[in-house]
Parts: sequence; structure tokens; C-alpha cells
Amino acid sequence: MNTPKNYRWRKFVDQVMRGSTVVATGCAVIPLIAIIGYVLTLGASALSVQFFSDVYQPPNMAQAATDGTAPAFDPNDPFAGIGVPTDGTAPVDGAAPTSDVYAGGPVGGVLHGIIGTLIITGMGLLFALPIGIFAGIYLSEYRNERYATMVRFCCDVLSGSPSIVAGVVIYILVVIRTHEFSAIAGSLALMILMIPIVTRTTEEMLKLVPESMREAARGLGAPTWYSTFTVIIPAALPGIVTGVMLAFARGAGETAPLILTVLGSNVITTNLFAPMASLPLLAYRYTESPYPGENTLAWGAAFVLMMLVLCMNILVRVATRRRAGASR
Amino acid sequence: MAKQQPAESWSNGKSVLRHGDVPFRVGTVVLASCVVVLVFAMATIMYLASGEARAAFGWDVLFGQDWNPVATDLGNPTFGAWPAVRGTLLSSLVAIVIAAPLALGIGIFLAELCPPKLSTPLSFLVELLAAVPSVIYGVWGVFVFVPFFNQVFSQPVSTALGDYIPWLAGPVATGRGVMVTGIILAIMILPTIASLTRDVLRLVPNTQREAMLAIGATRWETIWLAVVPYSRAGIIGAMMLGLGRALGETMAATLLIGNSQRISSSLFAPATTAASLVANELTNSVSSLHESALITVAFALFGITLILNLGARLLIWYVDRGMAGGRS
Repeated sequence: MNTPKNYRWRKFVDQVMRGSTVVATGCAVIPLIAIIGYVLTLGASALSVQFFSDVYQPPNMAQAATDGTAPAFDPNDPFAGIGVPTDGTAPVDGAAPTSDVYAGGPVGGVLHGIIGTLIITGMGLLFALPIGIFAGIYLSEYRNERYATMVRFCCDVLSGSPSIVAGVVIYILVVIRTHEFSAIAGSLALMILMIPIVTRTTEEMLKLVPESMREAARGLGAPTWYSTFTVIIPAALPGIVTGVMLAFARGAGETAPLILTVLGSNVITTNLFAPMASLPLLAYRYTESPYPGENTLAWGAAFVLMMLVLCMNILVRVATRRRAGASR
Repeated sequence: MAKQQPAESWSNGKSVLRHGDVPFRVGTVVLASCVVVLVFAMATIMYLASGEARAAFGWDVLFGQDWNPVATDLGNPTFGAWPAVRGTLLSSLVAIVIAAPLALGIGIFLAELCPPKLSTPLSFLVELLAAVPSVIYGVWGVFVFVPFFNQVFSQPVSTALGDYIPWLAGPVATGRGVMVTGIILAIMILPTIASLTRDVLRLVPNTQREAMLAIGATRWETIWLAVVPYSRAGIIGAMMLGLGRALGETMAATLLIGNSQRISSSLFAPATTAASLVANELTNSVSSLHESALITVAFALFGITLILNLGARLLIWYVDRGMAGGRS
């Protein structure tokens, strides 16, 4: 007598809970779509030729530049032009400024940020590659050693520790010692963050190489190092490249360590021992900026970063799927 | 012929190739050791650099109430980062309270209920969420989510309930605060927890499900009573990793929490987190004591995430081993 009621209740609970897992998944997908959607639409509207070809322009100059008139004040003086009418007439004492910097659209671009990000992240990757790849080879070829567990754990510690910690360490080591923020310091901080990614992907990819290939090489009399370099690494190369690309994408998006190490800059610079601009730093600074024009630039910078991450991830996905299909 | 040549010489032991293994091993071990050395060096450097503040204030650096970097007529500078520590704990608490049930739901859906056709693209989408740079969450949060949330939730709730429940009290000014930060952090750690949960649920042997279904359980009862308890340790480990990420997150918190040193009981009020305190003040530090106090905060952050990672890895490793044993 009680059974049908009980059964109905259980069925009800079953459906409610299964439904709620669908709702939970929806809750995760909605913000993702919202974030990607906003960044792609608002970010794309911020793009222009100037966005990719120009560097920072102060909002005051902006008015003058868009009007087609020459700026009436020294561009290197940050206090020049405050309260100065843009038509070049002399400022009247006490008069309200006629140039409304808050109404201007985006001016200038982020070329300096793009170049800076490429240099800083590229250098960081260059530092991280030998350590990451050889540590990965060690973990895969001598995987059962006790020391390998230790290395693996340290890798997890590195990848789990907050990115700001890497910035703090390099700040202590490099910035305080040299009394200067520098691009090379930023590269070193990014190196700390990229090493675990390169190491773990290299290890995973080398482990995916079938044991039979190792045995075949060994059967022909090849020593471990020879078979590793001529048989196993070539077989796993696409996967390792994947890991390197992911590390680059992660490094290019890191902001916190760069605040403490490269500081940022408003001009294109290739001096590795001086502060340098970087795309995520620009996105951060322009977001905090009171000028709507610079906020638009922040969306543009976010768009470029997002496209980088999306493209890398989709490329990696396509590459690994083809590999998985081929090996089957 | 040329290829054959070394093969013969390996066996008679005269070739250089044969002695390649020792340098290969030494080389990989040395570069792998760089990872280990890096972790210990990071800890040591921060420990040494934080010495000055620890000697001056002891535990008060973390738990003192007053953070006054500048000497005034009223007294010497004091460094007590409790407002930041409290902000970190509160925002991460909000994040984990929101993210944990949702991520569990997503994990269950992806591992147990989702049709296989949907599973791959959904997993990819969820993992993409993890790859988006944190500064983009910050930009999106500042320009889109904060105004939206402020209008839809913060303002009405604080006017309606603020008088009765102190932690929902107003006034809500710009909308930046602990609650908003917690929600964005929840979005950021969701994919980490969800994908790990999915992985440990997939490790549960099918006998576990079949036995439960055979005695007449519904799908949900099977999942909740036989599958989830089996991988409980792994799920808790996943949540600890997510918590570690929330505690150390810098950019989204810096942009969204409002960076105020004042302790307020309301979740809508601006606060600050340990990571954003370091990011905001380290490059502008006024004295070596100030610098040292900030490094202590970073060191504590490193320590906490290290402990969380260690615990989580142990739990996940324990599940992995248990599963393997169960299968054989």
C-alpha cells in the first residue's frame, strides 16, 4: 500500500535531482557564453587600424588629433593641456575647460602592448623550455624513481601557487637588486609559471608513446638516450608543441606577476632591462581608467587576449583529436 | 649502411653512443632538479625577505588590525594585514559555497547523465572557461557584471534586508565588494572543480553502478549512494584545489573587491584581499619594513596554497590508488 507512493516520491526525487544537474551545467555555460560574447562583441567594436598600429595617446591630445589640428601643447608634459581649449586659444584664468576628455572616443592603440607581450612571453618561454622539456623527459623515462615523485610534486606546487607569488619572488631577486623594473624580470616570473605546464604536458605526451616503440628501439640495441631522442620524442613532438602553445597562452594572459616586475610603459621599447608595456597590463590599467575611451581600449586588449587563448585551445583540441584518431 | 654501423658498435661497446646514457641521465636529472630547487628557493627567498617584518611584529603581520604604512604624528607605521586576510577568506568562502554544489552537479552531469554527443563539446567549453586569463574576468566583471548585479541584487536586497541582517547591510555604493568578487571567483574556479570531479567520477568501477541498479535503485540513487561516496575523497580534493585557486587569485579580486582597508560586516562593502594588497602596494612600498610586511603576506599565501595542494594531491592520489586496487 505504501509502495506506489514511495515509488512515486523516489521517481520525483530522481527527476528533480537529475534536472538540477542540468541546471548546474547551464549555470556554468551561461557566464562562459556571456563573457566570450561580451568580449567578442564589445572588443571587436574597439578594433581599428589605429588600435593595432598606434601606441598610447593621452586623452587630451585625442580631441586635437581627431579634429585634425595639431596638439597645442607639449606631448611630453603630462600637465600640459589641462584646461586648455583645443582650438589653441590661450586659456582664460578660472574658465572651465572646453575640451571634454570624458566624451572622447578611443584614441591611440596597443601596438606597444602587443610587442611587449610577445617579447616578454617569448623570452619567458625560451627560459622555461629547456627546464620544462628535460624535466618532462626525466619524469617519463625514469618515472618509477622516488626522486621523480618529488619533482612531480614540486611541479604541482609551482602550478598551484598563486601567480602573484612568482612576481614577488622575482621582485625580491631582480627588481630590488637592480633597482629597476625590467622586461627580463617579467620573463623570469613567467618562466616560473610556464615550467610546470611544459613539464607536465611533455611528461604526459611521452607517456602516451606506446611501450612497444621503446621496446623495439631497445631490441635494436639503442641506448636509452638515443631511443629517446630519435624515436620517442619525434613520436610525441606534436603533443609537446601543444604543451608549449598552451604555456605561451597562459603566460601571455598573466597580469599579476607583471605588475610587480615589468610595470608597464606607454611607448614601444625593445630594451629588455627597462620597463615594458604588455597587453594584460594595459587591459588592467585601462579598466581602472576614468576615461571611457581608454575603457574601450581595455575591451580591445581583452579581445586580443581572448582570441589568443581561444585560437590556441581550439588548435590544440583539433591537433590532439587528429592524433587520437590516428593512433586508433 | 651508415645506420647499421652504430648498431654493431653498441654491442662491442666501443662507440661513444654507448656512453651517452650517463650524460643523458645527469642532464635530465639536473634540469629536473631545477624545478625542485626553484620551489625551495622561492620559499627561502620569501622567508628571508620577510624576516624584518616578522621580527618587528611576529604574527601580528597577518592578524593585526591596523595597516598604516606611513609614519604620522599619531604613531609609527604598523602592519597588520588582518583586513586583507579576512577579505581573502570571506571572498573565497563565498566562491566555494557557490561553486562547490554547482561543480558537483556539472561533474555528475558530465560523467553520468550527459549523452555522449554533448559530453565532448560541453567538457571543452568548461575547460575553456579555465583557460580564460583572469584579467578578462576582471574587465568583464567591472564593466558588465558589477553594474548588473548591483541593480538586480545588491541594491534591492540591502534595502529590503539590510536593517535586519548585518552582513547584507548597505550602503551599496559602486557595487564593488566581497560578494561580487566571490561570485566572479566562483565562476573562475567552477571549471577546475568540475573537470576534476568528472575525472574522479569516471574512475568509479561499473560494478558499483550495476549492483545498485540491480537492486532497483533509480539513476539518482545510484549516483548519490554508490558513485559519489566512492569518490568522495577525490571530490574533496578537487574542491581544495579550487579553493587554493580562489585564495591566490589576484587580478579579478584587485579589480572587483574595491581595495579598502576598512573592516565592514557587510558582504556588499568593499574590502581587500591578501593578493590584491600585495599587487597594489609592493611596487609603491614606502619603506623596507613595508616591503617586508607585504612579502610576509605573499609568503603566507604561498604556504596556504602549498598546504591545500599537498592535501588535495594526497586525496586524489589516494582515490587513484584505491580505484586501481578495486579494479584488479
